Amino acid sequence: MSEIWAWLGDLGNSKVLALLIFFTTFVGIVLYVYTGKQRKERLESYKNIPFIDDEEKKPASKQGDQ
Amino acid sequence: MSTSTAVATEQYNYDIVKKFAIMALVWGVLGMTAGTYIASELAWPFLNFDIPEITFGRLRPVHTTLVIFGFGGSALFATSYYVVQRTCQTRLWGGPLAEFTFWGWQIGIGAGVVLYMLGYTQGREYAEFVWPLDLAIAVVWVSYALVYVMTLRNRSQPHIYVANWFYVAFILAVALLHIFNNLAVPVSLTSLESYSLFSGVQDAMTQWWYGHNAVGFFLTAAFLGMMYYFVPKQAGRPVYSYRLSIVHFWALSFLYMWAGTHHLHWTAIPDWTSTLAATFSILLLLPSWGGMINGIMTLSGAWDKLRTDPIMLFMITALSFYGMSTFEGPLMSLKSVNALSHYTDWTVGHVHSGALGWVAMITFGSFYHLIPRLWGAKEMYSSKLIYTHFWLATIGIVLYIASMWVAGIGQGLMLRAFDEYGNLAYTFIETVTFMHLPYVVRALGGMFFVAGVLLMVYNTYMTIVQAKRGVAVEATGAVALAR
Repeated sequence: MSEIWAWLGDLGNSKVLALLIFFTTFVGIVLYVYTGKQRKERLESYKNIPFIDDEEKKPASKQGDQ
Repeated sequence: MSTSTAVATEQYNYDIVKKFAIMALVWGVLGMTAGTYIASELAWPFLNFDIPEITFGRLRPVHTTLVIFGFGGSALFATSYYVVQRTCQTRLWGGPLAEFTFWGWQIGIGAGVVLYMLGYTQGREYAEFVWPLDLAIAVVWVSYALVYVMTLRNRSQPHIYVANWFYVAFILAVALLHIFNNLAVPVSLTSLESYSLFSGVQDAMTQWWYGHNAVGFFLTAAFLGMMYYFVPKQAGRPVYSYRLSIVHFWALSFLYMWAGTHHLHWTAIPDWTSTLAATFSILLLLPSWGGMINGIMTLSGAWDKLRTDPIMLFMITALSFYGMSTFEGPLMSLKSVNALSHYTDWTVGHVHSGALGWVAMITFGSFYHLIPRLWGAKEMYSSKLIYTHFWLATIGIVLYIASMWVAGIGQGLMLRAFDEYGNLAYTFIETVTFMHLPYVVRALGGMFFVAGVLLMVYNTYMTIVQAKRGVAVEATGAVALAR
């Protein structure tokens, strides 16, 4: 166990460590994004956010016209 | 339409967006004119007129600062303040602080370029501001971050739309880059001169860590934020794949920070840093093209819009240039290619295919969408003028890039040519003579581009005037009805 801590504490290993952390995190993000049917539907539903504003404005516009 | 606009105006702070949008155009005209002038100076050196303030060395940072930070920066402030309000459905937080970001940014840029012309510069590329202005800009930028993050915190939507992720990454990364790249020791508190905290290779690497990530986060990530909001809005359909946009964001954020050292190939830097930068530059092709495809495919099923909508033409052409320049960039980052391209005008052409083709074109498209909405007009004053602007800009860019390919690759090949005895085949001045014609064509390309921007300014002015007239007529009508 102490050997692992010594390896982690060695600045010479920082490049490998950074690569492992970033690469693992990135692979985790890709897996998270592209797995799960419900998650897919939830994530894809966010693409409509720019249009929600317009939908909410429409009733206001109609009321104003009346 | 008018009621909807009135509701939006009350709900959102459009005043600050309008101010930044107008200043983006003002700086755009000045900066691009300065660029065209210095391009002309290279073709016809008499234009220096022996006036130090307008020589290439002093006007060049005026040009880069005005177009990147004046035009691009103000456009990003405008669109980010608009997008964060619209996608979070909440009013911009901190009205006076947002006002401060406007005045601070404009005064900083104005003071900076005047000082460049007077000969005061830090001498760091794309970061030439003297140290007092660097400090002032850091304060403005932290205020910008606060306004943006607090607005996000006040959002009505549970999810933060992906365009905001790109804007936030841009704000955070630029703060980091600006502060560390500008660490310096002033000569005295009353002097505008300072010495960098870094020296030698460390200084060069810090500078290009900053320089490349300014491209990555200021000129790419932030404008992708613009793209992820305005392309779907103009197309009238949501982005092609939201999941791809998430992967695009994280991949870009992970990869960009490592690539800067490719600007220093074949110098005194350690060889492994050169290889690392080239490797990450090649990897960057994947998220860049993923994002480009995501943007272009948003139009899937509605390609006919390209025939009928000039604003869409701007946006899709911008994405095409984004794809082209993000292919060219990794290619040029290969050490063998870089040996030919570096220190030649190929680099200048590459930068402009990104800056004019991607940054400026996506801004023009987004502004043509944004301006009528800000001032409560139905559409821009003249669709024909938008078309004319599009063709002037496109022809200008093509002339610019093609001439710089000829000048750059030509000069690179000439400088590497040997005769049968192993001597250099060409002298340096022979390469300069060779480049004269491409320099003339480049200046011509710049003139086309500036002419297009002037049309845009006129179109914008007329749109605002007409919108104000419309409001005045409506108000008169309402008074008459009330009587």
